[in-house]
Amino acid sequence: MSEELNRPLAVPAASWSRAWPLLALVVFWQLVAMQAHSRVLPTPIAVFSVLWSEVVTGDLLMHLGKTVTRVAISFVLAMLLGVALGILMGRSRRWDRLLDSFLVLGLNIPALVTTILCYIWFGLSETAAIVAVVLNKIPMVAINLREGARAVDSSLMEVADVYRLSRSERFFRVYLPQLYPYLFSSARNGLALIWKIVLVVELLGRSDGVGFQIGSFFHFFDITSILAYTLAFSAVIFLLEAVLLRPLENRLNRWRV
Amino acid sequence: MLKVHIQDKTFANGHCALRDLHLEARPGELVAIVGPSGAGKSTLLKIICGLDTQFQGQVQLPEPAQLGFMFQEPRLMPWLTVEQNLMLVNKTLTGARLTEALKRVGLGDCADLYPGQLSGGMQRRVALVRAFSVSPQLLLMDEPFQSLDAPNAEQLRAHLLELWQATRPTVLFVTHNLSEALSLADRVLFLTAGPSRVALEVPVDLPRPRSQHAPAVQAMRHDLLTRYPDLLKGNATPAA
Repeated sequence: MSEELNRPLAVPAASWSRAWPLLALVVFWQLVAMQAHSRVLPTPIAVFSVLWSEVVTGDLLMHLGKTVTRVAISFVLAMLLGVALGILMGRSRRWDRLLDSFLVLGLNIPALVTTILCYIWFGLSETAAIVAVVLNKIPMVAINLREGARAVDSSLMEVADVYRLSRSERFFRVYLPQLYPYLFSSARNGLALIWKIVLVVELLGRSDGVGFQIGSFFHFFDITSILAYTLAFSAVIFLLEAVLLRPLENRLNRWRV
Repeated sequence: MLKVHIQDKTFANGHCALRDLHLEARPGELVAIVGPSGAGKSTLLKIICGLDTQFQGQVQLPEPAQLGFMFQEPRLMPWLTVEQNLMLVNKTLTGARLTEALKRVGLGDCADLYPGQLSGGMQRRVALVRAFSVSPQLLLMDEPFQSLDAPNAEQLRAHLLELWQATRPTVLFVTHNLSEALSLADRVLFLTAGPSRVALEVPVDLPRPRSQHAPAVQAMRHDLLTRYPDLLKGNATPAA
């Protein structure tokens, strides 16, 4: 009886081994901050209390919501376009030769330049912000997926042809699964990169979002609030990783024994 | 009736694989094709099944032109379970029919396993079931049991014959193993070395089941190789 009651409360060992280094970091931070006693390094307790008050006023959730929305839209667009481009370039030598220089260019132009140019050319608008982020991300997805498309096993595609699978089955059940590892690494580092770029884009030309807020705090030298927003932001990333990316990856990798 | 007339198959690099190759197979006939390696046997099967269309000649498939193909490797989708692999080629193969099909080859409880969890012999049995699951009129087999150990290969040949006798598709069975060809086929075609054509045709009128090691099979093999010493090298010139 007591065992059954306990079960839902028990935290799996794996979660603990993930959580304790973070806890250790917070404790270490608290100790150092108490020792340093400096305005530029507030204690975690001070940061959490600011975080809480920002949550209560609703400001944090509003700005976080704006940022998450931008991240989500840019992420989906960049993945779709990047995957399509990568597959096209991985399959066709001609397209690969035609577009390769653009890819190299896109990979190496600093995010700051793309962003500023987008704002100048398209105005300080939401569209310009999204376009800037998407343009920054597409080349990385494309390069990754091109690698995947080149590694596709033609012998399995022959099976699909011999047994006359429909186009959609051929794509979704034979072709695409071979690209899952590449899709996943693109999604992971894609999300990470997009967060970073979205914040820069917000800082430069938006009047809401986490990036805008951090910019304002910077003007007032409000380190505590910067850290509070960073913390909220990290929480969202951990949440996404735990409820979306990791379960999905486990599901798609079930067949690897 | 399967009719294959290939005047010429030359690859883009100039290598001529097949020239003046003609073969026919009656409905329900099991024909083995034996040739030295590099004789274009796989190319021939690819042309017949339509994967390769760059050749001069005609291929007429039996009607309805439903095709099964068993490759040298099992070629199952590793990310699909056995059941999903079979349903990929035939959606109606579910529940009891699926279990029944798997039971026939001794894989009754493997429907939910992934190919990576099966041994090589078991994967090939799934591939065999897959090939038959589309109710083929023509079944093409490209050295399907080659890399198996002897008992496993023997077992699979037995399963092949059972399934073939139950539904009677035309079978083209490519191999470079003469004993295997003689133990399975109604008729054996010997190919020359490239560019390949049919060098010799030998009917096999021995009662089934015949093991590879059966005295009659071995006697026939011995007799053939005495009459045509270089037969397996693709040369059907009689001994002097």
